[in-house]
Amino acid sequence: MDTQDISITIIDRDGVAHQIDAPTDMAMNLMEVVRSFELAPEGTIGVCGGMAMCASCQCYILSDTELPEMQDDEEAMLSEAFYVKDNSRLGCQIPMTPELEGLHVELAPES
Amino acid sequence: MITTDIIIIGAGPTGLFAVFEAGLLKLKCHLIDALPQPGGQCSEIYPKKPIYDIPAYPEILAGDLTDKLMEQCKQFQPGFTLGERAETIDKQEDGSFVVTTNKGTQHKAPVVAIASGLGSFEPRKPLIDNIASFEGKGVEYMIKEPELYRDKNVVIAGGGDSALDWSIFLADVAKSVTLVHRRNEFRGHLDSVEKVQELKNLGKINLITPAEVTAIYGDERLEAVEIAKKDEEAIRMETDHFIPLFGLSPKLGPIANWGLEIEKNAIKVNNALDYQTNIPGIFAIGDGNIYPGKLKLILCGFHEATLMCQAAYQIINPGKRYVLKYTTVSGVDGFDGTRKEAPKAVVKAIQ
Repeated sequence: MDTQDISITIIDRDGVAHQIDAPTDMAMNLMEVVRSFELAPEGTIGVCGGMAMCASCQCYILSDTELPEMQDDEEAMLSEAFYVKDNSRLGCQIPMTPELEGLHVELAPES
Repeated sequence: MITTDIIIIGAGPTGLFAVFEAGLLKLKCHLIDALPQPGGQCSEIYPKKPIYDIPAYPEILAGDLTDKLMEQCKQFQPGFTLGERAETIDKQEDGSFVVTTNKGTQHKAPVVAIASGLGSFEPRKPLIDNIASFEGKGVEYMIKEPELYRDKNVVIAGGGDSALDWSIFLADVAKSVTLVHRRNEFRGHLDSVEKVQELKNLGKINLITPAEVTAIYGDERLEAVEIAKKDEEAIRMETDHFIPLFGLSPKLGPIANWGLEIEKNAIKVNNALDYQTNIPGIFAIGDGNIYPGKLKLILCGFHEATLMCQAAYQIINPGKRYVLKYTTVSGVDGFDGTRKEAPKAVVKAIQ
């Protein structure tokens, strides 16, 4: 089994940067990686479970990493979310793949 | 005062199944939920999403699961206080609890089971500094009495089903309806989107997109809002009401102040025994509790509800003997006089 980890950097809601090795072989998304490393308190992220229905996993993409294209439901959710910027994405819609090596993101404030 | 055996806070899957398990032990339940309908997240957030890990259901829609749980527990005649949030809990001298909602409805029982999931669903409020001071004075996050808006000027913000549906409804009631959304696209049902388009063409809905309400003004009451359209100068619009409809988000809410031990936004319980909290007589089951190894799964909530009911039986009937019975053997005797039982085996000799 391919067990390639990727190195990514996540800035938590207190502004602290965490460089972590995220697995790419467990079908995890960025929101789940944040939860598994406990970089945001339970109950404040991934509230809807990853259905692009709550925006609690909103993050700002700081690197020019190529990401999967935004789907309609993510775009619709972001259009109703708060603190949205041009580089906003929902972490739950970003699966961890080897192509994301070096990804740099910041968690958006809780709302 | 509503009296019952077990007050269940939260009418999601775990709370509904607790009604059934309690009923088998002849305990009556009353459920309180901030949402206007039972089902919790399953009916509010994702009724049309399939769930694949309910034992014996290879696939079931969350809305259908709610319907089936309601059907399963109905002979135990649960009471419901819906659309009200459990606000306070007071321990009585006789050891029972009184739970009071935000609307003042009182409930009394010897046992309280908190099955509140992620918390009570509260409207998500837009980030406008002074909005709190206009709540109830022209700013409403939910429409409870449509008549309030008759012949009034109304500004609605949002792009989902509730923003669309209420704009359509109020177009016939209000003096004017302005719908403000950040994008040109709406994500409601196609029918609703088309209806809004039609009403816009007829001049009955004033649609402003892509735009945002960025400020609100008024003396005592709301008088006007500022609407900023992308790349244009913001305009000021006189209005009687501003209704932001940006969905709901769950909050632990007043339960956080009940003296319960909280960890990671969840209520700590004793999982070795019965899911009781640090306050004897108060249990926490389902997604809202936490213990080592906790998994937030509906099927785990069912198990927790079952064990909680056994402990509740002991509190309500101290020292009274009981052994677990199987529904296949004893059937189900409803409080409504119905009885479900296995058909008797046919005994016939072979000649």
